[in-house]
Amino acid sequence: MKVKDVAAFVGGTVVCGSEQLEKEVEFAFASDLMSDVLTIQKDNLVLLTGLANVQTIRTAEMSDISCIVFVRNKKVTSEMVKLGKENGIVMIECPFSMFKTSGMLYCSGLKPIY
Amino acid sequence: MTMHFDYKVEGGDFTRAGYASSQVKRSLKQLNVDPKVIKRVVVALYEAEVNIVAHAYHGNIHVEINTEKIKMTLVDEGPGIANIEQAMQMGFSTATPEVREMGFGAGMGLPNIKNNSDEFRIESEVGVGTKLNIVVYINK
Repeated sequence: MKVKDVAAFVGGTVVCGSEQLEKEVEFAFASDLMSDVLTIQKDNLVLLTGLANVQTIRTAEMSDISCIVFVRNKKVTSEMVKLGKENGIVMIECPFSMFKTSGMLYCSGLKPIY
Repeated sequence: MTMHFDYKVEGGDFTRAGYASSQVKRSLKQLNVDPKVIKRVVVALYEAEVNIVAHAYHGNIHVEINTEKIKMTLVDEGPGIANIEQAMQMGFSTATPEVREMGFGAGMGLPNIKNNSDEFRIESEVGVGTKLNIVVYINK
């Protein structure tokens, strides 16, 4: 699935990385706990999270995660966008809950990690 | 040839946590190191860097890169760890609510550092600080 399709399926707004919407993703992982995210070995991963701070972006950077969907209407700050741009990370703001967003993307074909 | 990098880390400064790991990642990419190796190095280093920010007063990170391995030494001045065996157990944490709000402090950092390392050593003295040695081999 392309990142642009992820944004479309969740009715999201792309707030960073709009030039990278053709990237392919295969898996998704939903968590507000960055310690959990850092244990994931898979590539081509979308992170769904309600944790909107700079460490979310740092975690994505270290884990080679190229797309983050911020659920529950969490807003991305300018500092997060700056860091995201430096690291080629697409950020999408989404108005729905973690549960609903996960369901939408699961039904659309993104695979779970386990 | 060995490359050396040094970084200072301030306790409590979550806005800069990850800066050193980010710089190391950049250098390893420039050196065309296998992305899988880079990920192991930077995940381990980032967890350790966050630990200094979360628990210590301040610390230093020294990274050595050569053709064989990446060696990271993290030394902090801080409260130290009273029981290392307990600290290495998944789920054990002494993190503050502020640290947990940042998405950490679930007692997973030290075990995850070990999982991503080829060699891992931890020494600590209560009231003095903690020292971590992490080695990841490039071609293993």
